[in-house]
Amino acid sequence: MLETRKVNFYYGDFHALKEINIKIPANSVTAFIGPSGCGKSTFLRLFNRMNDLIPDTRLTGECLIRGENIYHKSVDVSVLRKKTGMVFQKPNPFPKTIFENVAYGLRVDGISNRSFIADRVEQSLKSAALWDEVKDKLKKSAFELSGGQQQRLCIARALAISPSVILMDEPASALDPISTSKIEDLIHTLKKDYTIVIVTHNMQQAARISDKTGFFMLGELIEYDDTKKIFLNPSKEETQNYITGRFG
Amino acid sequence: MKHTEKELVLLKDEVSKMWKLVYSQLEKAKQAYLANDVNVAREVVSREKRVNSFELRIDSDCENFIALYSPVAIDLRLVLSMMKISVTLERIGDFAEGIAKYVIKEANSPELDELKKDLQTETMFNTVIEMLSESFLALDTENTKLAGKILARDETVDEIYSESFNIIANAISNGKITPQQGVRIIPVVRKIERVGDHCSNIVEEIVFYIDAKVLKHSK
Repeated sequence: MLETRKVNFYYGDFHALKEINIKIPANSVTAFIGPSGCGKSTFLRLFNRMNDLIPDTRLTGECLIRGENIYHKSVDVSVLRKKTGMVFQKPNPFPKTIFENVAYGLRVDGISNRSFIADRVEQSLKSAALWDEVKDKLKKSAFELSGGQQQRLCIARALAISPSVILMDEPASALDPISTSKIEDLIHTLKKDYTIVIVTHNMQQAARISDKTGFFMLGELIEYDDTKKIFLNPSKEETQNYITGRFG
Repeated sequence: MKHTEKELVLLKDEVSKMWKLVYSQLEKAKQAYLANDVNVAREVVSREKRVNSFELRIDSDCENFIALYSPVAIDLRLVLSMMKISVTLERIGDFAEGIAKYVIKEANSPELDELKKDLQTETMFNTVIEMLSESFLALDTENTKLAGKILARDETVDEIYSESFNIIANAISNGKITPQQGVRIIPVVRKIERVGDHCSNIVEEIVFYIDAKVLKHSK
């Protein structure tokens, strides 16, 4: 589903990602772990070309979604980003109503059919496990929601445009344990319909929610395997040292 | 239900399945022993591998759960107790197999029937089978009030067992059985007694899981 072949990425002269080869299966949760600055977020952002927005960066190698090189000149980046939803560390709802936040992507996409939009908003909020909490206040400002609810609203907003891939960059690190638990349960539920890639500093979270885990260090993908294997019997000493807290 | 809770339910289900298999093994070992039924005994021996597979699977499930979910409090106690219970069930399965193997060797010795009655092995069997069944009920219903009752039953088994050596020695000295037959039946009685001990261990693990109390070595 998602694949990279000999990917290198540079911020100016800094070699941030080194020869990354990976195959991420569809309808699964893949977690990337590693110390700060190891390149995991940079790698995640390759899949919706968010790094294109950063000046003086350079990519070599191939980055594919469903076999298509997403960095090919024929690829329309806005279409790519519709297929590849993203959720960030801090909830970032728009200064609009709850309903309009979820409907936003559809309206930008030129859809104006009210009943279609209403149906999609409801479906997306249900998929994001938020519907029951907000169905009676859809016209209220999104800022009235708690942090955890705002993050699920952002997930609903990402789902509304029917992506096939959801990228999550530390989606629960700014949330309390109960909200975190709801997001984790949601990720479990969503994987039957979406391919989810998540960056997390929380190793227990990676262990709990992912099917596969990749460990990054100094821009290299040190180990990538089934999560059970990584957390029970990693192949590389560096991985073992990191997950057991002996790193450094 | 949360994902971690679902995983724990699956783990408990797996242990329940193993429990039912071991219970059936013990029932059949009793049946084979009392009726000198070699066919049933062979059935027990052939099913022993399934018991071992359960233990390996539950071990692996518990290891994975600890590695992936870092359980604490009641979840941690549940996983630890399931690991120990599966090891104990496997040992009970081994005892059932050992008894079945004895039956296969000694089936053509009707002179042992009277000794079996004198040894009260049927009562021992019935008691340990009840202990196993009630301990399963205690886990299934998370009811530790049954613990005292189950542990008390083990004393009945121990009392019968403590009499068995004199009974076997008398049977040998009276010429009712050969010394070899006497030597061979001692481990059978010992195995039934050990099943009682293991059932007590299971109950202790259930109390640890549910009430966070350590009964082990508390006598």
